[in-house]
Amino acid sequence: MIHFILNRILWLVPVVIVVAAVTFFLMYRAPGGPWDREKPLPAVTVEQLNRKFNLDKPRWLDTQGFQDELSDGEQNPYTLGKTLLNTQFFNYLKNVFSGDLGPTYASRGTESVQDLIVKKFPISLKLGIVAVLFAIVVGIPLGLAAGLRQNSSIDYVCMFASTLGIAVPTFVSGLILLIFMSRLLHISPIRSPDEWHGLFSTAFILPGIVLGLGTTAYVTRLTRASVLEVKGNDYIRTARAKGLGAPAVTTRHILRNALLPVVTILGPAAADLITGSIIIETIFGAPGLGSTFVTSIGKRDYSALVGITIFYAMLIALANLLVDISYGFLDPRIRTSR
Amino acid sequence: MTAREPIADLVLESPPLAGQIEETPTLASLGDLTMRTKPRSLWSDAWRRFRKNKIALVGLGYLIFLIFVAIFAPALATQNPVKSDVATAGTLRQAAWIEDPNPLKTGDWAYPLGTDSIGRDVWSRLVYGTRVSLIVGLIPMLVILLIGVPFGLAAGYMGGRVDNLMMRITDVVYAFPALLLAIIMQISFGSTMFGQLLNGLVLLFLSLSIVNWTGVARLVRGTALSLTEKEFVESARASGASHTRIVSKHIFPNTLSAIIVAAAFIIPSAIIAEAVLSYLGVGLRPSVDPNTPFPTSWGQMILEGSKFWQAQLWMLLGPALAIALITLAFTFVGDGLRDALDPRQGE
Repeated sequence: MIHFILNRILWLVPVVIVVAAVTFFLMYRAPGGPWDREKPLPAVTVEQLNRKFNLDKPRWLDTQGFQDELSDGEQNPYTLGKTLLNTQFFNYLKNVFSGDLGPTYASRGTESVQDLIVKKFPISLKLGIVAVLFAIVVGIPLGLAAGLRQNSSIDYVCMFASTLGIAVPTFVSGLILLIFMSRLLHISPIRSPDEWHGLFSTAFILPGIVLGLGTTAYVTRLTRASVLEVKGNDYIRTARAKGLGAPAVTTRHILRNALLPVVTILGPAAADLITGSIIIETIFGAPGLGSTFVTSIGKRDYSALVGITIFYAMLIALANLLVDISYGFLDPRIRTSR
Repeated sequence: MTAREPIADLVLESPPLAGQIEETPTLASLGDLTMRTKPRSLWSDAWRRFRKNKIALVGLGYLIFLIFVAIFAPALATQNPVKSDVATAGTLRQAAWIEDPNPLKTGDWAYPLGTDSIGRDVWSRLVYGTRVSLIVGLIPMLVILLIGVPFGLAAGYMGGRVDNLMMRITDVVYAFPALLLAIIMQISFGSTMFGQLLNGLVLLFLSLSIVNWTGVARLVRGTALSLTEKEFVESARASGASHTRIVSKHIFPNTLSAIIVAAAFIIPSAIIAEAVLSYLGVGLRPSVDPNTPFPTSWGQMILEGSKFWQAQLWMLLGPALAIALITLAFTFVGDGLRDALDPRQGE
């Protein structure tokens, strides 16, 4: 088990390197430099800024410096390698692994990307927690009810609702809900930025639920499918035969075994929630990391875009890792087979 | 965007084995015995099951309807989708059935769903938007299959080290948040020559397929891996069939039903991704050419509509409903296909 966990944690390293390299490459290609303003900055300032952020160095490999040193008679491969890799990308990568994602270009270096993430991410996280809680609190009972009464009207309603939830993107259901609330119920779910702080702000409820709709639908479907599978097992019949009441059979025997596969969904759900949060935060005006990502697109703040992308990739990889580990703990069969 | 199919790579076996069915001697070859019924192929069997599924048929019917809308868009549109009606440009004409004290705002059946902020007909834009949605679902799906299927077949059939290496590559690509990469691709290539081909559609095809092939690759690899150990593959190998022949005649046909089901779910997720990108302003480029075949997309309309919906509801509600319906139709068809092609998978 420990070997497995370590293996998976080490696996994060190449993931981060590849994600960083690809985003870095694409952002380097993007039009417009970080210092482009409506009024051009003086050349001296640009040069200073470039030097400050290491932008005067070669992009990928410093072959020039490498050859210079080689012709100077430098033999030590360590020094040579260090010169070759003293470039924008590898310096950035080094900083990433020590937790420094560099300064945001929009602030011209007064704010770092990790500070931005620390400031904005809690709001996204709270939305995500509301979404996951909603998915669990609503999805599991619905799936259980549908599975226990297969082919009943409850089952059909739950299945239809979950198909809707899976098919219709949160992006569209969020907008439709927004229209519905303000046209028919005359409530505006869009709040001012100050209302998004504090742990128990009501502002989170509606966007959080919308964010969780897709996950809720998946949880419902999966719970139902695995309840149907568990229901037919011999040990359920045994439990009934020994005179155990229906609630005890349902909770202790059916539900406990049926929930196992549901855990696996939380990995893909993390990716889904991150993608969803970008849209939902924009629609509902929540000042979280997702909407920051969107505003960074408009501002062409490339360092923030690269940094947030790496952060999100890490988050998704970690969520998958956690799911694998928790699955190992929950299912003894997997534990012993390793 | 819907979550990637969580169960997909656990499905190791696809039950109907086309290769086997082909190879069993038919009754007709056993002399005088005539057959009472025609032998049913895997596909006609699947079609029979699919036909019984009413919801899937409704979905299929709606999609066929949309294909017609896309082809005959010029006939169905009441106005040119990029031409603005200067008179109502600032006033936002309401939908046809809405009365308003201002005569310029009162609905007119020449503009069934009203006009947008610069006086373009919402209905006509909606009709033309069907084209973008369908093509942006279809072509990335084909590209994804073209990358994912050979990759998965190769990994699954070769096995061992090659398989291990190829799956590590997919693992890294899989970890990439698909939408974020698509956004970054759009920003990076958006203003290049390539990015402007067909209003940016070509770039969209690429952005939407570049990381999403991993799901198909894993699915095909899993199926191929379990098939290589089956007796009929072994007997083909023993009778001297080449690797190409084994893969193309025995393995690939048996992965096909899983691929079709996966494809049915890739299309709506590509459609949603396009809408999201356009909503974020990095998707399709707005067009002013009155003759362009792809003038706008529903995602772009949502972006415009989300600024004005309080004054002109249909600017937002129209495209939002259109996207909801098309993704729903594809999901119905996809579920129907899964039940029809893979009866054991059905719940």
